[in-house]
Amino acid sequence: MPLDIDAVVLSNDRLSPDYNIVSIAAPEIAAQSRPGQFVMVKCGLDSEPLLRRPFSVFEILRNDDGDVAGLSLLNKVVGAVTRTLFTLEPGNRMCCLGPLGKPFSVVPPSDEAWMVAGGVGLAPFLTLAEALQTHSTATTLFYGGRSSQDLYYLDRFEQLGVRLFLTTEDGSLGEPGFVTTPLTRELEATPATQPVTVYACGPTGMMRTVATLAQQHGRVSEVSLEPVMGCGLGGCYSCVVPVRSTDGSPHLVRSCLNGPVFSGDHVVWNELI
Amino acid sequence: MSVVDLAVQFGPLRLNNPLVAASGCFGYGLEYTETVDLSTLGGVAVKGLFLEEREGHPPERIVETPSGMLNAIGLQGIGVRRFIDDKLPALRAHGATVIVNICGSTVGEYAELARRLSDADGVAALELNISCPNIKEGGITFGCDLSGTHDVVAAVRRVTHLPIIPKLTPNVTDVAAFARAAEDGGADGVSLVNTFLAMAIDVETRRPRLSNVVGGLSGPAIRPIAVRMVHQCRQAVKIPIMGMGGIATSNDVVEFMVAGATAVQVGTANFVDPFIWPKLLSGLKSYLERHDHTSAGDIVGSINLSQPDVTWTSS
Repeated sequence: MPLDIDAVVLSNDRLSPDYNIVSIAAPEIAAQSRPGQFVMVKCGLDSEPLLRRPFSVFEILRNDDGDVAGLSLLNKVVGAVTRTLFTLEPGNRMCCLGPLGKPFSVVPPSDEAWMVAGGVGLAPFLTLAEALQTHSTATTLFYGGRSSQDLYYLDRFEQLGVRLFLTTEDGSLGEPGFVTTPLTRELEATPATQPVTVYACGPTGMMRTVATLAQQHGRVSEVSLEPVMGCGLGGCYSCVVPVRSTDGSPHLVRSCLNGPVFSGDHVVWNELI
Repeated sequence: MSVVDLAVQFGPLRLNNPLVAASGCFGYGLEYTETVDLSTLGGVAVKGLFLEEREGHPPERIVETPSGMLNAIGLQGIGVRRFIDDKLPALRAHGATVIVNICGSTVGEYAELARRLSDADGVAALELNISCPNIKEGGITFGCDLSGTHDVVAAVRRVTHLPIIPKLTPNVTDVAAFARAAEDGGADGVSLVNTFLAMAIDVETRRPRLSNVVGGLSGPAIRPIAVRMVHQCRQAVKIPIMGMGGIATSNDVVEFMVAGATAVQVGTANFVDPFIWPKLLSGLKSYLERHDHTSAGDIVGSINLSQPDVTWTSS
């Protein structure tokens, strides 16, 4: 059941000139959120800017007693709304609507979970890693960015026992190149008898490559797509993505209701803009 | 404490209150059952239906503009058969007053849709979409031509006893003439305005920002033009008007009603705040109480056009 909370900003951790993490007091939404779900946010309900923007829930925040206290969003400045989110101060407010959408399926510990993140596509994977850790599922994160300035929260993932493969396009951290390079290597090195589920979030081209690689190696994949959304609740039909229907032909479905998480095999990648 | 009656009489249609969810902005209604009790709305105008299923336009389908948004969805929809089988029973169970928005490429298709929906259980009224700016075939062809508007309304009139509400386009020089054509054709009311034909370009790539190149502008940006058009239609026709265009607050609801709308539709604002409905209703109720009205109908067309008293003198 989605809720709308005019939430107080608890903190704003600016990680770089264009990345930050905003924490907000929306415990009722956080408590219901499952990995891969999203919220629609907007600062105030004025008409400029008009529409909310979708964000993955990055962290479920807990107080010292372990009670759910709120959630955080991983933000990258790309436009007017994300710039506002970058400048928020504690005590400011943000309207937060959620949780929305279909979550990732959390694989059983018999499987290995491989998460593949490109840049701000890291956003849905901290909550997924935490959910996987509660089942002691062997979890790996392949995490790529342009430079070391794009890779965050490595300590947190290590604390959760996540095996890390880092790549940067400029070679400033981890392996130089794209995140799909170590992914390909590991897919080839892992025996088919070991079940692996691959999760991906990041640029469309990256997700397409990850889904294709997974399929080539007989692996199940789930991708978290990030199309432009108007409402997040299925009312506007703007966030459609092409998926394969039962007869194999492409069919446009709303990613807010049918996603944002889709089976990588179901997405008709060459029709996805 | 006075009791305010929020119900309004829209031609033959009795609405619980003047607030109707706008077609194209509320899915088939069932998407919103977790955020609003559909029976508390005056009505639910469901997403535009053709006879057959439609895929709509490829993305990008929306783009935000100053205090508004452009859309070119292309009337993606499930077609009338699936609507009647899969959606209507559930809408009925939720107690929704269902206004079905219908769209055809020919007069015959409108009539066929009207016939099939008249036989279905749970349809309160038909809204004729003769104003979608985003599709090439049908719809707006009728809405931009006076005899086309008249003829499509008359054809639907012949096959149904359901209330008929043609939805008018603002993309004409004289919208009041189209309201008159609809009235002459036998419409029970008119709804206006649909979106304004508009366009946005990404100056870096120099490409249109919508895949369809052009789209329809909605949101608060269009509100003053829509209010003007409701006012003009009110002067021109006797049938009731369902006003819409950028309504975001209860003051906006009142403004449209004072201009001459018996009921209003709310669209884009529901995207921003799906919990907006009780806020709009309580705001409307407060306004009516503050102005000593006992019924929402009292304020319809209550605009005061007399010259204000001159309370100053020049020296």
